[in-house]
Amino acid sequence: MKKFLIPLALFIVLAVFLAVGLSRDPSEIPSPLINKPAPAFVLPQLSDPQRSFKSDEMRGKVWLLNVWATWCVACRYEHPVLLDLARTGIVPIYGLDYKDERRDALALLDQLGDPYTLVLSDEDGGVGIDYGVYAVPETFVIDRNGIIRYKQIGPITEEVLQKKIIPLVKELQK
Amino acid sequence: MRRASLLLALMLWLLSAPLALANEAQPVAEDPELEKRVLALAENFRCMQCQNETLAASHAPLAVDLRQKMREMMRAGKSDEEITAFMTDRWGDYVLFRPPVKLTTYLLWFGPFLLLAAGVVVQYLYLKRRRERLREAPLSESERKRVEALLGDGLKGDGA
Repeated sequence: MKKFLIPLALFIVLAVFLAVGLSRDPSEIPSPLINKPAPAFVLPQLSDPQRSFKSDEMRGKVWLLNVWATWCVACRYEHPVLLDLARTGIVPIYGLDYKDERRDALALLDQLGDPYTLVLSDEDGGVGIDYGVYAVPETFVIDRNGIIRYKQIGPITEEVLQKKIIPLVKELQK
Repeated sequence: MRRASLLLALMLWLLSAPLALANEAQPVAEDPELEKRVLALAENFRCMQCQNETLAASHAPLAVDLRQKMREMMRAGKSDEEITAFMTDRWGDYVLFRPPVKLTTYLLWFGPFLLLAAGVVVQYLYLKRRRERLREAPLSESERKRVEALLGDGLKGDGA
């Protein structure tokens, strides 16, 4: 009986490890930026490149920074979810148009609707690097003190929005 | 004569065209020493876009940008350690192919040795028990008689 139990126990341990390993998404890496100050930046606005935007202006507000681009296919899936969120007016969404052509970006927002309070152009991707962006779309939830509280890697789904982002934003706005 | 010189000018111009094109790639080859240092250090970093490629080998746009960033940092006199810190500040230890030895990575670094030690102990115990089982025990008197009787019967049976 004992002889039979040991391999069984080993098998169960192995199976648990495999199950956990297989159910995790290897492309999602915990960001070291969580609970750290959001890197400050100054960028031109997409709608009017003559005007710039300083991230410091957001002090005292909870806001979302959504990294997107017209060449990013997954961003299209996310777009309607962002439009829904924008309609509720719960939290301002700032877009970071990452390594993109200004004209394409404006055309896309014109065609599909614009969920953003403001869109900033990160043409050379420098701000993206500071935010550790590697899989567009990515979304950062930034609190009143300019601390990054959450990072969504990949598109925001309706489920993520309802279960994580909205509750967190409401909590941070209290 | 005039035509010949014109032809010559045209030929020279045609020859110089590829040279002009070749010049465009210069930013990379500009400083071979720096480039060597960039690639050697980038060998240690994971390309976050393709994950199993090094930053040195990857053609992903992010990898190209980051190598450019490394070049700029090196030109600005940053050390390899400072550049490594720049990378881990943004992507964590995951960006390193050789994770640092620290509390959270002890299991990763020493786990295999732990398994090896456990294997040695198990093997030792197994061999010890096996040796004990194989130790020859002399037959008792009644056992010997029984063996002889059985063997004797067998021989008789064979002979018949």
